[in-house]
Amino acid sequence: MSAFITPVVLVVGIGLISGIILTLAAKFMAVPVDETASIIRDALPGANCGACGYAGCDDYAAALAGDPEGVSPTLCIPGGATVAQAIGDILGVDAEADAPIVAAVMCDGRSHLTRQDMDYQGYKTCASVKQFFGGPNSCKHACIGFGDCVDACQYDAIHICDGIALVDRDNCTGCTMCSKACPQNIIDMIPATNRVFVACSSKDPARQTRDVCEVGCIACRLCEKACKFDAIHVNDNVAKIDPEKCTNCGMCVKACPRDIITLIPKQKKAQTA
Amino acid sequence: MREATMIIMAAVLGNNFVLVKFLGICPFLGVSKKLDSAMGMSIAVVFVMVMSTAATWPIQNLLLEPNGIGYMQTIVFILVIAALVQLVEIAMKKFVPALHRGLGVYLPLITTNCAVLGVCVLNIDEGYGFAQSLLNSFGAGVGFLIAMFLFAGVRGRIESNDYPESFKGIASTLIAASILSLSFMGFAGMIDGIFGM
Repeated sequence: MSAFITPVVLVVGIGLISGIILTLAAKFMAVPVDETASIIRDALPGANCGACGYAGCDDYAAALAGDPEGVSPTLCIPGGATVAQAIGDILGVDAEADAPIVAAVMCDGRSHLTRQDMDYQGYKTCASVKQFFGGPNSCKHACIGFGDCVDACQYDAIHICDGIALVDRDNCTGCTMCSKACPQNIIDMIPATNRVFVACSSKDPARQTRDVCEVGCIACRLCEKACKFDAIHVNDNVAKIDPEKCTNCGMCVKACPRDIITLIPKQKKAQTA
Repeated sequence: MREATMIIMAAVLGNNFVLVKFLGICPFLGVSKKLDSAMGMSIAVVFVMVMSTAATWPIQNLLLEPNGIGYMQTIVFILVIAALVQLVEIAMKKFVPALHRGLGVYLPLITTNCAVLGVCVLNIDEGYGFAQSLLNSFGAGVGFLIAMFLFAGVRGRIESNDYPESFKGIASTLIAASILSLSFMGFAGMIDGIFGM
C-alpha cells in the first residue's frame, strides 16, 4: 500500500507547494498594468500595420496611455475618424481626425505601353531587381510589377494588373505600407476625396519619356493651362496635382495629349443589402 | 578544473543537445529563422536549463531517492520545472523588467521543452554531483546557443537565394539541419582524445 501512497503524497505535495508559491508570487509581485492602455488597445483595429509610427497597436496604445496630451489620438490611419473618436472619448481629449487618405500608384506603364530592356530572371522582388541596373524596364521610374506592395498590403487592396500595381480604393485604408515598400517611390498617398492624379513619375526629359513609354508625362503644360484652379503644375518634367486645390473637374484629363492624367470614376454609395 | 572544462566541452560539442542528441528540435527548427529571436530563445534556454537543474537535482537526491520513488522523476520534474519557470517569470517582470522584455515570450515557450527536461534527467543518469550537474546544464545550454546561432546564419543564407520551389520551406531547413548535425558528429570522441581519457 505504501508503494502507492508515498508517490501520490509526494507529487501532490510538490504540486500543492508550487501552487501556493505561485499564487503568493502572483499576488505580491504583481505588476500594475495600465488599464487605459488595454482599453485603448481594444479600440484600435489590431492590424499592427505601423502606420501610426509606433511598433504596433500595443505600442501605440501604451504611448497614448502614457502621454495623452503629447501623443495625437488621430495617428491610426486604418481606423480613421471612428477610432480617433473612440480614443478621444477614452482619454477625454479632442480628436480631430485627418481626412482619410488612399494610395495611388503614379505609373500607368502597362506592359503594352512600355518596353523592357532586359529579360530579368533573378529573384523576383522589386527591391532586388531595382539594384540590378535599376530594373528591366526601359523607364527607370516605372512600376517594376513584382508586387512588393502586394506583399506589404494587409488589406488585399493593391494588385498587379498588366505589369503595374493598381489600388483597390474600396479596400485601401491608407496605412502607407505599400508606399513604404515600393523601391521606386511611386506610390503616393492622396486624400480619398481626390479622384484625379497624374499616373506618371518619370523625371526624364520629354524625349526620353516619349522614347520609352507611350503614355508618360512629357511636361507639355497643357494641363496647367486647362486648370482653372491653379491646381496642377509641371515640376522636374512631370505634372503634379495639388490635392488641396483640385476640384475633380476633369479639365486636365481632357487636355492631356498623352492620357496620363487618370480620373477615377465616382464611387457609388455602398448599397444596403 | 580539468574535469569542469571537460564536462562543459563535452556538453557543448561532443554531446551537443540539438545536433547530436536531437533534443529540443522544435525551437531549433521553429525559432531559427531570424538571428535576434534565435539568440533570445537560446539565452532563455541557458537560463532555464541551469535554473531547473538547480531545482531538480536536490529534489531527486533528497526527496525521491530516499523514498524509493526515483521512477517518478519525469512527472515530478515536469511539474517542478513548469512551476519554476512561471515563478521566475513573475519575479523577473517585477524586479528586472528589461530582462523580461528581452526574454519575453521565449520563457514560457521552453517551460517543458524536451532539451530542458532532458538535461535534468541526464544529469541524474550520469551520476553527476550538484556542481557537475550545473556545469553540464550550462554547457548544454551553450551548445544549444551555438547550434541556434550557426543554423540561423545558414537559414538566412538559404532564404536569400533562389532555389528550387520544391525545396522551399521545411524541406531545405531539414536538409540544412541534417548536414549541420553531420558536421557535429565529427566531434564525437574528440573531447576524450583531447583530455587523454
